Amino acid sequence: MHPKNLISITDFSKDDYLRIMELAAEFEKEPNQNLLKGKVVASLFYEPSTRTRLSFETAITRLGGRIVGFSDSSSSSVSKGETLHDTIRMVSNYVDLIVMRHPLEGSARYASQVAAVPVINAGDGANQHPTQTLLDMYSIMKTQGRLDNINIFLVGDLKYGRTVHSLLQALSVFENPIFNFIAPPELAMPIEYKRYLDSQGIRYFEHTEFTDIISEADIIYMTRVQKERFTDPMEYEKVKNVYILRNNMLENTKPTMKILHPLPRVNEIHTDVDANPKAYYFTQALNGMYTREAIISHIMGLK
Amino acid sequence: MDKALQVSAIKDGTVIDHIPAERLFDVINILELDTCRDMITFGMNLDSFRMGKKAIIKVANRFFQGQEINKIALIAPNAKLNTIKNYHVVEKRVVEIPSEITNIVKCFNPKCITNHEAITTRFKVISKKPIELRCMYCEKITSEKQVVIR
Repeated sequence: MHPKNLISITDFSKDDYLRIMELAAEFEKEPNQNLLKGKVVASLFYEPSTRTRLSFETAITRLGGRIVGFSDSSSSSVSKGETLHDTIRMVSNYVDLIVMRHPLEGSARYASQVAAVPVINAGDGANQHPTQTLLDMYSIMKTQGRLDNINIFLVGDLKYGRTVHSLLQALSVFENPIFNFIAPPELAMPIEYKRYLDSQGIRYFEHTEFTDIISEADIIYMTRVQKERFTDPMEYEKVKNVYILRNNMLENTKPTMKILHPLPRVNEIHTDVDANPKAYYFTQALNGMYTREAIISHIMGLK
Repeated sequence: MDKALQVSAIKDGTVIDHIPAERLFDVINILELDTCRDMITFGMNLDSFRMGKKAIIKVANRFFQGQEINKIALIAPNAKLNTIKNYHVVEKRVVEIPSEITNIVKCFNPKCITNHEAITTRFKVISKKPIELRCMYCEKITSEKQVVIR
């Protein structure tokens, strides 16, 4: 049974995750497959997102599908005041699948209720971005050869960062994960996620700065610490340089350790890390295309 | 003073007692009593030993189903229902918070789609005491202090 939509990472089961990993590996070997021939996909981007949109549109093109849509709301009927409801009802008459990014949270779930065709959430505000999570998982799978027993360090903005929340939820269904959180107190992992880990008996440790403990990491997942998240600008000034990863900090890390980042990066990973083979963030972005081909195929029942 | 003298008795119907005084009109709205054609009497700011001030509603000829009355549990968690037949209390009930709340509460998240388009709100009750509601759209949790009736 194929899930009809992908709105929230928790819509997928462990079996779905594993199937996506398997399919992404197939698409990596052969990205051009004509599975979407004769199909039309709507790519509705209500806010600009170059990376995600191009990754999706390339995935659709490599699957042989055609794309209609818009890349920001000013070029759509939203600028005339049309509701999301009406746009989705109309578009769903024309196409076989909708890929949507929207600034309001819950918009993708709502669209999936209104649409007669499957909907893939390409980001709804600060809520969910499940295809990012799946490409993160594929990157972990590829570099570590497993999703069980992963010791992962989540660094930076753990309070508002939707990617870290979804990744935490997804990895929690696998065997024996260990989470290490590195964040300033203002941006610490919210209590509901810690309560969730407690309820599952999953180990986690909290730190406020990088220490030698990163030598135990399989994955370091970096995120941006954004100035606008702080109520007190002084607090930002105090912590802004604490969460920068530099090449000399990686000396004692495991040889198989990889650094991930959902990108775009600002200064949280120093450019001197880029040449280190442990830097994986650019390949991670490429994995996004294979993963999105896999997600589309899985949802549409093409494979 | 006997409360029966403050709000007159009904022959048949339902008495909803122990409503927090400030929530009386919310309860009237949620139960859609403003469109009810039977006789309704209510009292507000009545003295209550337990609550300080309370409100009471008496609806003639109306008998509520559990699901219908449980809608008020979020704002009147201690409300008690007395079913009256021929001036006698024939049944006493308390309200219970349902596992799902539909179209009563506003999501506290200003960026939630339900606050921007005409959408029926839906919440999963993840904790009853204190009340915590997870929005089925934006997935954010509205806490007891943040509960606002639509």
